[in-house]
Amino acid sequence: MTGGEATLFWVIAPAMVLGALGLLFAHKAVHAAMSMALVMVSMGVVYIAQQAEFVGVIQIFVYSGAVMMLFLFVVMLVGVDASDSLVETLKGQRLWAYLLAAAFVVVAMAGVASVTFREPVGLAAVQEEGTVTALAREIFERQVFGFEILATLLVISVMGAMVLAHHERLRPVMNQRATSNATVRSMKWLAGKPNPGVYARHNAADTPALLPDGTPTEESVPRVLVARGQVASVTEYAAVTESTDEGNAPNTDLEADSEGEGQS
Amino acid sequence: MTLVAYIYLATILFTIGALVVLTRRNTIVVFMGVELMLNATNLALVTFSRMHGTLDGQVYALFVMVVAAAEVVVGLAIIMSIFRARRTASVDDSNLLKL
Amino acid sequence: MSVFETSAGIALTETHSVTATAADGFASLGWLMIALPLLGAAVLLIGGKATNSWGPMFATIMSWAAFAVGLGVIFQMTGLAAEERSLSVQLWEWVSAGDLSVNVGLLLDPLSMVFVMLITFVGSLIHVYSLGYMEHDPDKRRFFAYLNLFIAAMLILVLADSYLVLFVGWEGVGLASYLLIGFWNWNPAYATAANKAFVVNRIGDLGLITAMAILFATVGALDYATVNESASSMSQGALLAVGLLLLLGACGKSAQFPLQSWLGDAMAGPTPVSALIHAATMVTAGVYLIARSQAIYIETPDARVVVAVVGAITLVYGAIVGCAKDDIKKALAASTMSQIGYMMLAVGLGPIGYTFAIFHLVTHGFFKAGMFLGAGSVMHGMKNRVDMRRFGGLSRVMKVTWITFMMGWLAILGVPPFAGFYSKDKIIETAFVGEGWQPWVFGFTALIGAGITAFYMSRLFFMTFQGKARWEDDQHPHESPKSMTVPMIILAVGSVSLGFILGPTGILENWLEPVFGHPEHHEPVLAIPLIIALTLTLVALGALLAYFMYWKSEVATEAPEGTAITKAARRDLLQDDFNEVFLRKPGEGMVTMLVATDRDLIEGGMVGKTTGSLAGLSDLLRRTQNGFVRSYAMTMLAGIVVILGAVWVMQ
Repeated sequence: MTGGEATLFWVIAPAMVLGALGLLFAHKAVHAAMSMALVMVSMGVVYIAQQAEFVGVIQIFVYSGAVMMLFLFVVMLVGVDASDSLVETLKGQRLWAYLLAAAFVVVAMAGVASVTFREPVGLAAVQEEGTVTALAREIFERQVFGFEILATLLVISVMGAMVLAHHERLRPVMNQRATSNATVRSMKWLAGKPNPGVYARHNAADTPALLPDGTPTEESVPRVLVARGQVASVTEYAAVTESTDEGNAPNTDLEADSEGEGQS
Repeated sequence: MTLVAYIYLATILFTIGALVVLTRRNTIVVFMGVELMLNATNLALVTFSRMHGTLDGQVYALFVMVVAAAEVVVGLAIIMSIFRARRTASVDDSNLLKL
Repeated sequence: MSVFETSAGIALTETHSVTATAADGFASLGWLMIALPLLGAAVLLIGGKATNSWGPMFATIMSWAAFAVGLGVIFQMTGLAAEERSLSVQLWEWVSAGDLSVNVGLLLDPLSMVFVMLITFVGSLIHVYSLGYMEHDPDKRRFFAYLNLFIAAMLILVLADSYLVLFVGWEGVGLASYLLIGFWNWNPAYATAANKAFVVNRIGDLGLITAMAILFATVGALDYATVNESASSMSQGALLAVGLLLLLGACGKSAQFPLQSWLGDAMAGPTPVSALIHAATMVTAGVYLIARSQAIYIETPDARVVVAVVGAITLVYGAIVGCAKDDIKKALAASTMSQIGYMMLAVGLGPIGYTFAIFHLVTHGFFKAGMFLGAGSVMHGMKNRVDMRRFGGLSRVMKVTWITFMMGWLAILGVPPFAGFYSKDKIIETAFVGEGWQPWVFGFTALIGAGITAFYMSRLFFMTFQGKARWEDDQHPHESPKSMTVPMIILAVGSVSLGFILGPTGILENWLEPVFGHPEHHEPVLAIPLIIALTLTLVALGALLAYFMYWKSEVATEAPEGTAITKAARRDLLQDDFNEVFLRKPGEGMVTMLVATDRDLIEGGMVGKTTGSLAGLSDLLRRTQNGFVRSYAMTMLAGIVVILGAVWVMQ
């Protein structure tokens, strides 16, 4: 290990460990995935530093590029904020896990430490033709059978994923005609739900419209926003007019003005 | 400093990966823990390859990556179908191994 | 007129082992005798209601056809030299298991052919009789199917060439008997009687099976030929055991003491059944078994004495019970028991008795079947009444029945020249042969038995046919139809003539000689004319007593209270009560105790504790299987740590 490589190691190894710990302790799956991506990329750099340039590049392309993106994609599908509850359900699981992990680290490291490694040979000799060429010779000459098997495995896994992800359609597709028929038959919201409120100072999907009696209606806001509790408060915008106009209607300026005229 | 440092690093990463599998309950995170363990192994393989001056380690690291990719594809598909059926991503909710 | 006229002066013989030769010619079709009635039974049972109209006639024809085949075989046999009359028909290999190899084969020899004649002839006559007797029964077809089944099974029994095949027939007749006793099973008492016969017979079967097991263990085969050859080389203990166990089997089937209790209840079956199965044929199977096993009994005199004792006890027992019964069929059943007792006594006496036992068996088959059919005819005319105290004076209205019954009565009394005189008196004479106490005990038992027989049979006859009519007002006795009277007439002719046709002429003796050999010549301890005189005197005394008590004087329509002995005799000499108190009750107690032991000690204690602790252990183990993947993964990690630790330590 040259001085440059040692420096690189001491910079990048703590980063990897930190990334791994981030994976272990992050509450949100997205954070865990990002930590993981950090480890992956760092791992690629380490490979390149270890004269395994091809593997390093593949690591960055395949792992960081493809696999981690796939993870992020699934996290998005399953729900970004599907975070762990912090209560451990299995009695003693956490304690025993840490104890065993500590024991494993001790035993494994002691095992490695007790081995005397000979002087590293290095890869310069075998990679005379170039990294990729040498690796290609290795794969396509000596390990070609295993390579073929792996190819089969990949095809099978793709088929498996397709079968698992396939969603059988149980009912006929609701086309526009069927949808409108169903709406009419249900006798609810025949003319559609009310649009969100439009205010002079605020015009967005999260502000509810006002009913004729002046109360805001949640029906005018998308259901998802209601569920997330992200509906804006109407009074926030009405408060200004109240204080300036002494009127009590939490309304748009125009309405407030007309009321003011009526009073005067 | 010798190349053994890489092996120690691999051991630590492997242990952390195992801890993730054991303690986390979000299926996706558990899965990433498995990936971390595989990567730690790859690191060890690449390091051994350099120590011995042969390319076998690198080839195996590549093979492990391919297997891991296949595993990820199928595993994530399973996670998706479980989530679709049960609206949950927690490994503890899929405890039908019991009975 | 001596027993030994034919064999006098000939000092013979040891056991003769006649080896059977393969049958050829017509005899090779001997299996048809079994197959035809079996076919009849199958057609009637499987054919169902479709055969209702022609089934009974078909069954009767099948039975006669079996008789015709038997006649053909006998005809062929008479053309052979006496030593060659033992024919074997090998059919197929049945059991082949290691050393045990049982071939299904038939043995057509003089002894089995005598039985074939008796079974098929009397059986066919009773088929004809049943055509009339059962005419109005809705289940007539089923009845004839069972009759055919019985004929087939009985023929398997007598034609078998090994104990195992015999056992098939043995069980077959047991089944047919069970089905026919319980034929009217809508009456719970009849169904119970069928069960009783079945259960008691099982005890006998136990003996037969055990005997077969011992035979196989010692001889290694179950066919007669091998057993007969090796009998002399068996140990005395094994011979005695086999002899006694075979006797147990015979007692069950032939209603001998102490397994006789089922026969009286078996009268619940239709009367033709009582005539065929429980008088003429099946109940004599025990006698056949012992006669067939002569090679064993010759080697073990002790077992033979036991056979004779059982026969002697039963003949007196049956006679006493017969005196007290008012039910005509039960009185006849008691008489059957007693007469089979004579036969058992005869076979128990050894080689000198076998021929006479078979002789008496044949004549008894005729006259007892005839009398049972007569009783059936009486019941037919008297609306199925069986109480003799309500009969009387039937001689005027049922002439044919009266005459034929009288022939049977005279035959069983042993009045010369009727059949019983030739067969039974010879048994009595033979009983007086021997040394020490045996001739005196057996001889006088047989003699006194003859006297009692005369009394109760005369009582039965007089109460039924003579004296004043004691019918109830609604009775209009009438003669039975031709289909019933003709078989009765034929049987009556047999009762009259069989004795002097087969006896003094030596036909039967010569015929059976290849099987039983010439008995050694023995003189009875009393002079033969004296024995005959004594017998006839006692018979006359018995009949006279009955004449004064039941013909000349008034017979009460209700049974008088009677002495303690009478009361006991009416209850079969308390046999059932004995069984109840000394066998069933202790058995029940033992079962209760065993159940309690099993429940409390075995189940609750040993097994319960074991299963309890295992259940607790598995409950603990179960908790580790909580179904959580993470938990299993931890187990894996623990395993890895242990392995690495072990590697480290070993380094």
